Amino acid sequence: MLVYIVRRLLWSALLLFVISFLVFFIFYLLPSADPALLRAGRNPDPDLVAEINRQLGLDKPFYVQFWRYIEALVTDFDFGTSYQNNVPVRDEIFDRIPATMSLAFGAAVVWLLIGIPIGILSAVKRGTFVERMFMGAALVAISAPVYWLGLVSIYLFSNDIGVAARIFQPPGSYVPLWEDPSMWLRSLILPWFVLATAFAAIYARFMRSNLVDVLDEDYIRTARAKGLSERRVVFRHGVRSAVTPIVTIFGLDLGILFGGAILTETVFNIPGIGRTAFEAIQKSDLPIVQGTVLIGAMAIIAFNLIVDILYAFIDPRVRY
Amino acid sequence: MPLLEIKDLRVHFATEDGLVKAVDGVSYEVERGQTLGIVGESGSGKSVSSLTVMGLTRAPNAHISGQILFDGQDLLMASDDELRRIRGNDIAMIFQDPLSSLHPFYKVGKQIAEAVRTHNHDVSKAQAWDRAVEMLGLVGIPEPRKRADAYPHEFSGGMRQRAMIAMALSNNPKLLIADEPTTALDVTVQAQILELIDRLQSEFDAAVVIITHDLGVVAETADDIAVMYAGRIVEKARADTIFHGPEHPYTWGLLGSIPRLDTARDEELVPIPGRPPSLINLPTGCSFHPRCPYVRDAHRRVEPELAPAGDDPSHRVACLLDHRTRQSVWADLRSGRTPEEARRLEVDRRDAGLDPAVARAEDGA
Repeated sequence: MLVYIVRRLLWSALLLFVISFLVFFIFYLLPSADPALLRAGRNPDPDLVAEINRQLGLDKPFYVQFWRYIEALVTDFDFGTSYQNNVPVRDEIFDRIPATMSLAFGAAVVWLLIGIPIGILSAVKRGTFVERMFMGAALVAISAPVYWLGLVSIYLFSNDIGVAARIFQPPGSYVPLWEDPSMWLRSLILPWFVLATAFAAIYARFMRSNLVDVLDEDYIRTARAKGLSERRVVFRHGVRSAVTPIVTIFGLDLGILFGGAILTETVFNIPGIGRTAFEAIQKSDLPIVQGTVLIGAMAIIAFNLIVDILYAFIDPRVRY
Repeated sequence: MPLLEIKDLRVHFATEDGLVKAVDGVSYEVERGQTLGIVGESGSGKSVSSLTVMGLTRAPNAHISGQILFDGQDLLMASDDELRRIRGNDIAMIFQDPLSSLHPFYKVGKQIAEAVRTHNHDVSKAQAWDRAVEMLGLVGIPEPRKRADAYPHEFSGGMRQRAMIAMALSNNPKLLIADEPTTALDVTVQAQILELIDRLQSEFDAAVVIITHDLGVVAETADDIAVMYAGRIVEKARADTIFHGPEHPYTWGLLGSIPRLDTARDEELVPIPGRPPSLINLPTGCSFHPRCPYVRDAHRRVEPELAPAGDDPSHRVACLLDHRTRQSVWADLRSGRTPEEARRLEVDRRDAGLDPAVARAEDGA
């Protein structure tokens, strides 16, 4: 087990190295804005530009720049400095993590609470109207784009009904949990549901098809032959097996969302990693983009590792 | 009163392709302490009929009729809850593939303990666990206390089937249904499992129904044997009779396709030609006629009834051939002739008028 984890961590380091190289390389090849010009002010003096370039190390060859970046990253966990506002990238991103985590965790709770029960119900009621209704609705939910759903829900809930009910807060009202929990909750309810819609639908369909397969297994027949109640057959024997593959995709999805839910954060103006990345791309702020990509990759790798380790406890047949 | 009495059981499934007549008028009974072997190919309805006894074929598309009298109670009339209390308690079942029949995520001991606690609510978890350990020991698993703590994938195939048997017998059932209990196992392990079922049967005084496609499996263990074909019983007799005086051509085919120790090594095994019929479009007349070497024209039109074969009332057969004809064909086959040779001899005898009863019946039909 320990050997396995160490091996996985070494591979992860290599993977992160390759990812950072790729991002670095792409931005080196396609410089859409010159960071030195951004800093030199209007009508820049060429000498000043050259001096800034020298200070930032941009006059050095590509591999030297990359090496310096990696060196700072490994020794000091330093992601460099934003071209735009001279703030360390690490602070810029770390400040945004709570918002992104609030959004991702909350949405995950919502989609699990909606998707899993619907999936179970649809599998148990296979071939009935209930199943067709839920699966049809799921198809609609999967097909609805997040930005559209977000705008529609803002229109419906934060302006008209929301103002009357005083539950849903308009976009941009996010405050950290520790400052005002009630405001935090109210500002996030809409984004949670909007972000969770497609996930809930995918999880419902996945859960349904898993459970339908499992309920055809021989050990389910054994459970029935033992005289267990149908409830126990479905939950203790069926769902127990059907839910394990869900753990895998759940870890992956959570990892991806921790890298920032770009669309949802942008539509609802939530100051998370996704919106930071979006703004940084618009401004060609390479260090920030690089930082968000790496943080996102780290999140995905970390969650994958957690899931794989967890799997050994969920499924006794899995041993590392 | 027999422990289990099945009367004219029919199990039909409505499917998109048509009505599947999986079981079509089956009757048999099993006495306490007796073993019935049900033999047939895949699709003969042998598994469906026993799953129906357990109430496991109940589905919206299943049409079930007839009577299943267990201890005097008609199980087809029982509610789902009543059946649930009988399942795993009075009637237990073991299945073909012991690996896929055990839940991969739960410890073996826990799965047995669950069966115990389901039917005995006042038993504590610890007591149920002890019962599981005791049962595992009883079915010959070494170090049962340690093995109860293992998962099914840590057991060998034979051990898994032993665990299944332990689970099935944990509530002292009156009836044990074993559906192909040895098919997925090695030959040496097969014998052990059959021996185990035999031993436990006498210890628990249970009735046993063994379902198999292999006559060899029930040769030693069964008291009675029913041969099923296309959803019906085509021959039923004491096990001895099935092996020494069978009268249905399908039974002859089954016997001809298993190796025997009492004949020469170089004797060829003769497979039954053709394949089992579609249960949606059954052949007209005798449903075995497309594969029967001794078929006559009338057999394609007339449906045979399960009727006494000769003087022995316990031997019943559904065949349109005459009793004496069947006896002489079996004598030919037994003396080592192939079905083809036996058929020619039979035709010769008929032409020579040695079998006037048959000749008359033919004329009449």
